[in-house]
Amino acid sequence: MTETQNLTLVQAVRDGLFTEMSADEDVVVLGEDVGKNGGVFRATEGLYDEFGGDRVIDTPLAESGIIGAAVGMAAMGMRPVPECQFSGFMYPGFDQIVSHMSRFRTRSRSRFTLPMTLRAPYGGGIRAPEHHSESKEAFYAHEAGLKVAIPSTPYDAKGMLISAIRDPDPVVFLEPKLIYRAFRGEVPEEDYEVPLGEAITRREGDDIAVFTWGAMTRPTMEAAESLAEEGIECEVVDLRTVSPLDREAIVEAFEKTGRAAVVHEAPKSGGLGAEITATIQEEALLYQEAPVKRITGFDVPFPLYALEDYYLPSAARVEAGVKEAVNFP
Amino acid sequence: MVALTKLRELYADMVTARRYEERLQEEYLEGKQPAFDISAGPIPGELHLAAGQEAAAVGVCHHLRPSDTVTAPHRPHHVAIAKGVDLKRMTAEIFGRETGLGKGKGGHMHLFDPDVNFACSGIIAQGCPPAAGAALAAKKRNEDAVAVAFLGEGAIDQGGFLESLNFASVHDLPVVFVVEDNDWAISMPKERVTDVEDGSKRADGFDMPGVRVDVDDAVAVYEAAGEAVGRARDRNGPTLLEVQVHRRMGHFMGDPQTYRSDADEEAALARDSIERLERELRDRGVDDAELNEVREDAETRVEEAISWAKEQPHPEPGAAHEDVFVNPPSGVTDSEPDFELAGVSGDE
Repeated sequence: MTETQNLTLVQAVRDGLFTEMSADEDVVVLGEDVGKNGGVFRATEGLYDEFGGDRVIDTPLAESGIIGAAVGMAAMGMRPVPECQFSGFMYPGFDQIVSHMSRFRTRSRSRFTLPMTLRAPYGGGIRAPEHHSESKEAFYAHEAGLKVAIPSTPYDAKGMLISAIRDPDPVVFLEPKLIYRAFRGEVPEEDYEVPLGEAITRREGDDIAVFTWGAMTRPTMEAAESLAEEGIECEVVDLRTVSPLDREAIVEAFEKTGRAAVVHEAPKSGGLGAEITATIQEEALLYQEAPVKRITGFDVPFPLYALEDYYLPSAARVEAGVKEAVNFP
Repeated sequence: MVALTKLRELYADMVTARRYEERLQEEYLEGKQPAFDISAGPIPGELHLAAGQEAAAVGVCHHLRPSDTVTAPHRPHHVAIAKGVDLKRMTAEIFGRETGLGKGKGGHMHLFDPDVNFACSGIIAQGCPPAAGAALAAKKRNEDAVAVAFLGEGAIDQGGFLESLNFASVHDLPVVFVVEDNDWAISMPKERVTDVEDGSKRADGFDMPGVRVDVDDAVAVYEAAGEAVGRARDRNGPTLLEVQVHRRMGHFMGDPQTYRSDADEEAALARDSIERLERELRDRGVDDAELNEVREDAETRVEEAISWAKEQPHPEPGAAHEDVFVNPPSGVTDSEPDFELAGVSGDE
C-alpha cells in the first residue's frame, strides 16, 4: 500500500526535487534564494539543510549566468534544475534558453544533450505586477528542442517534475503559482513519473471539448459543473504539457463532441489556443459544428491588480464562451 | 623559457589556422562576386574569420587537455584547431555537409565536438555562462578539468560575460576567460565603446586576477596562459586574460570595412604574430627548410580537409527533423514532410 501525503502543489514540487536529489547526486538546484532561504515560494525549503550548499546553490541575481551555467553543467552530464523566481525573470536569460538550451543537441549530431529542467512560477492571480504574473508558455512552446510542462495538481506536479528531471532533453517547467497553495491533494511518498506529453481528461462530457492547463483548469472545471446543471456536458481536457502537445487527445475529444473551447490566461493572439484550433482544423474539420471558442487573456501587457480579475478568464467567462460554442449557429 | 618543441607546435597550429582561413576565404568567395551574394557558392551564409588572432588561441589551448572545456564565439576556427577539433568534420560542417560536426545543420559558428569538449556560441559572450557551468561541474565531481571561454573585446560589455566573472569568482571556479582584443567591435573601435583600455582591469571588480598580454606574441600568451590555466587546474580560482591580437580581415567576409582607415589595416597586418614567432624560431636555430616543412604539412592537412569535406554529401532533407530530442515526441509534426512537394532533395 502506497503511503501518501496531503500536499499543496508547491510542496509537491519540493517533494519531487527532494526525491530526485536523494536518488541522483548529479541533480543540483541553482537559483536566486534557493539555498538557505528556501526559495521565494518555498519550493526548495529544507533542501539546503539536507543536501548542502554544493547541491543547492545560491547564485547571484543574474539569470543569463544561472541558466547558462546550467547549460554547461548539463553538457558535462549533470542534471541541473535551475530556478527563476518568476517566469518574467527568464527574459534576461532568454538567449541562453533559445540559443543554447534548446539547440546544443541539434548542433552536435545529438552528441551533447542537455538533461536540464528550468523551473519557474508563472501566471497571474496573485496581485503582482506584470512580469510577476504573465503567462508566456507560447514563447517556449514555439522553440523546437524544448519541452514545456505545466502541472495543475499536486500529484502531477511531483510526477511531472520527476519525469522532467529524468528526461534526457531540456524541459521548461512552469508552475502555476496561483494554485501553489490553493488546495491540497494526495501525493505518494514514493517516486513516480507522470509522463510528459500526455493530456488527461478531467471530466467527461458529450457536448463540447474544453482544453486548458495550469491554473485555468479550476475555473474551467467550475464552469463545467455549473453548465452541467443546465444540461451542457463538457469534456475537460487538461493538456498538462503544452510542448509537445498531445494532439491525439485533442482530436479524440473533439471528434467526440464536434465543438471546442480553449481556455488560457495568456493573450489571445499567438497563444496556444490558435495552435489547438489549427490542429482541429487540420485533423478533424469534418467533425466541426461550430467555431472553436478561445477564452483567453487580452492582447495587453498583464494589468496591475485592479484589472487582474477582469483580465483572467473566470468561470463566468468560460461558461459564457462555452454556451456560445454550444449554441452555434 | 618555453621549450623549442613547444614553439614548433604553436607555430604548426598557427600556420594551419592561417592557411585554413585563407583557403576558406577562397572557397567562400567563389560565386559570390561581383555583387556580393551571400547565398551563393560552396559556403553560403556568413563567414567570420580570425586571421591575426591565432596567438591567443594556440597560446591558451596548448595548456589544455581533451577533457577541458572550451567555448568559442562566432569566430571559432583558430580556437577549434588549437583545441584539436577534428579538422575534416569541422570543415564538412562549414560546407554544410552530412558528415560535419553538426550534420551540416549548424554551420561555421556552431561547431560542437564532444571528443575534445569544444562548443561555440554565435551570440557574443554567451559562451561564458556555459563555460562557468562546465567548470562548476568539474569542481562538483572533483575532476581536475578546467574550462576556458573565449570572447572578443567587443563582447566584454555583455551581461553574460560580467555575470560569469562574478559567478566564477564567488564560487572559485576553475575557469579562464580569454578576451581576444582585436581592436574592433564590428565597426566600432575600442576607444569608442569603453574608457577602459586594458580590459583585464575589469577583473579587479570581481577580486579576480586580471592579466593583459599587450603584444601579438604566442609565446607571451603561452606563458601567461600557463599561469592562468595552472591556477584553475590547482583549484585556485578563475582568471581573466586579455590578449592583444589583430584583425587582418573584415568583421565578416565581404565586409567592405568602410569604417576603417587604410593606416589601421596596414598597422594590423604589420604586427603579424606568425612572423614574430618565425623570427623567434630562427633565433633559436630553426632553419628555413624546417619552417617550410611545417608550412607544407599544414597546407597538406588543410587541403585534405577541404577536399574531403567537398566530397561529402549534403544532409538528406529528413535530417532537419533529427537530433532535436533524445526521445522524439510523437505529435510534434502531425504529417510526414513531403520532400518532393518542397522541391528539395539530398544529393542526387
